[in-house]
Amino acid sequence: MSILKRLKSSTGYFILGALLLFVVVQILLLPLVDGEPILNNFWRGLIFWGAAITMVTLGLNLIYGFNGQFSLGQYGFYAIGAYTSADVTYRWTHSDPSGLAVVLLGVLLTLLLYVLVSAFLRRLYGVTVTARFTIYLLATMLAFFVAVKLAAPVGALFVSVLGALPDSVTQQMVFFIALVGGGALAGIISFLFGLPVLELGSDYFGIATLGFTMIVKVLLDNTDTILPFPEMKGARGMVGIPQWTTWPWVFLTFMLVVLVMRNLLHSSSGRTILSVREDERAASLVGIDVANSKVLAFVVGSIFAGLAGGIRAHDLAFLHPQSFNFIQSYNPLIIVVLGGLGSMTGTIFTGFIWILLLEGALRLVLPPGFETWRFVVYPIILLLMMLLRPGGLFGKYEMPFLRRTLPPLRKKIVEEAVK
Amino acid sequence: MKGRPEGLSAEVEARPVVLEVKDLTHFFGNLRAVHDFDMTLRQGELVGLIGPNGAGKTTVFNLVTGVYLPTEGSIRFHDVKLVGRPSHEIIQMGIARTFQNIRLFSNLTVLDNVRIAYHPHAGYTLVDSILHTSRFHEKETEMTERAQEFLDIFGLAERQGDIAGSLPYGLQRRLEIARALATDPQLLILDEPAAGMNPQEIDELLDLIIFIRDHFNLTVFLVEHQMRLVMNVCEWITVMDFGEVLARGKPAEVRGNPRVVEAYLGRQTVKIK
Repeated sequence: MSILKRLKSSTGYFILGALLLFVVVQILLLPLVDGEPILNNFWRGLIFWGAAITMVTLGLNLIYGFNGQFSLGQYGFYAIGAYTSADVTYRWTHSDPSGLAVVLLGVLLTLLLYVLVSAFLRRLYGVTVTARFTIYLLATMLAFFVAVKLAAPVGALFVSVLGALPDSVTQQMVFFIALVGGGALAGIISFLFGLPVLELGSDYFGIATLGFTMIVKVLLDNTDTILPFPEMKGARGMVGIPQWTTWPWVFLTFMLVVLVMRNLLHSSSGRTILSVREDERAASLVGIDVANSKVLAFVVGSIFAGLAGGIRAHDLAFLHPQSFNFIQSYNPLIIVVLGGLGSMTGTIFTGFIWILLLEGALRLVLPPGFETWRFVVYPIILLLMMLLRPGGLFGKYEMPFLRRTLPPLRKKIVEEAVK
Repeated sequence: MKGRPEGLSAEVEARPVVLEVKDLTHFFGNLRAVHDFDMTLRQGELVGLIGPNGAGKTTVFNLVTGVYLPTEGSIRFHDVKLVGRPSHEIIQMGIARTFQNIRLFSNLTVLDNVRIAYHPHAGYTLVDSILHTSRFHEKETEMTERAQEFLDIFGLAERQGDIAGSLPYGLQRRLEIARALATDPQLLILDEPAAGMNPQEIDELLDLIIFIRDHFNLTVFLVEHQMRLVMNVCEWITVMDFGEVLARGKPAEVRGNPRVVEAYLGRQTVKIK
């Protein structure tokens, strides 16, 4: 009974719809007609790309649309996720397990140290942001120092454990760890970056995140000279990343992002995130730790970007720093404004439409010179949008599953009202 | 005792001290907004702070709730030092306040406005909220029910789904007080609660303030311009002008004090025959 009842609710419809989408796309991707799938590599790439951009944009919507903090740094975290996970799988396929070991160990140790440090900091009072930041930074450095030192023995352990499994299983597990590692590293860096910078007002924060994207781009240009990662090949672009992204992976990651964001927003922490957007001063004067709430939204949003980076890297099999420059970082910003700030539904639909229509359909229809005109067309679309529908395509609309529902009044209150 | 008028009953003077403000001084640049301000509140008192515009009343409130860091002086709440603590900690310790110009979360529903104030007592972790565990559902229902009870007391239960910004002015004031009380305070600070209200609304507010003081066992500290409210509801009053305490006493004493009259109306320079 209760299962039937749940199936008829908005949750049930959402699950059914998602499963249907999964099955349809999966069938279309199978080589059924003449050994060629209906969605060929071109369209497959676009769908995966659309999913990745939409995940980044959902993260940006959480930070900008729901929490009110203007971030231009999401492409930086997207790049961190992409390069981290690509490095892990690249090294693994070139029989070097150290990447896997360092990322996994480093992330786990960092999280452990963060838990200890935050428990310690809670006992103190009057700790400045700078001191807080320094302690966390030292903790992170310590964790990764230990991880690098332990890389060789732990790596050997991974090889013996994972090597015992069948190849296909090993590949999936390594890919899983790489994705999670990319997301987690993006999260850790966003935490360290956000801790001092989110103290600034929203506009200053925007400028600082723009700077962050530029720093990431410069570092990626010099991965083989400044940073010790020769396999990333700096400004020449990283090649030889295994093409492991499949539709089930894309679907699962995407659904995870949507569900986590939805559940977070529907909880008490989600309400504090909204309250900070509405009025920071008022939020802190009803007992909300505003800094905490901002960091939470920023870190979760950046983890989404990191995961999306991993998905994109293993579909493209090629990474170039130029695809993460700050001009590109306007893409999610345009999508989030176009779809409607503070609307998950708007972001999801607009993200896919943006990629499928502008990068896909129009490329087939319009003459080849179109690419040059793209950055004339985009701003015009945006301008028209601002004039005609300033709230975005979807405004504040949410599909029923994502909507914040109003709990019914308690029985007693209703009875009294009737009297 | 410092920061209190003479002649209060022995019963009141025997109660424990809730808030103790000593030698509070605050500068905005070179402007001295508050100078050597003292104030001691005892459990269950209903005290008013009045003074002409720009006298420094709201600044005192902002100093107490950690919005500004005082240049000098000490503020203790139940004998715990407040100076240097961030606002949200001070609120969680049991001080709640409302604002002179209403500051609701105007795009959120009435119910959410109150539920946000419950966040420190939510009783579930971030993991619970992301996984929507049974603990999450249980605590969330509990929280909603408590919030609805509050709304019911303030006559807002029926409007729980309305967007806070769309409520009429009087109800927005009520909602702000409800939100402040939801933080479970021992001391309630009201900054001009009657601003912009008509006489009938002020009478309702008067009853409401006394009701919540008794019902929630609170100490109330309010700033107000409406003499109708201050004179009828406060047990004693402190008058401020140019950041300094001008007079202290029961409403009737203060009203007759020539220095207070001068501060409000100006010195009589021309003799009228």
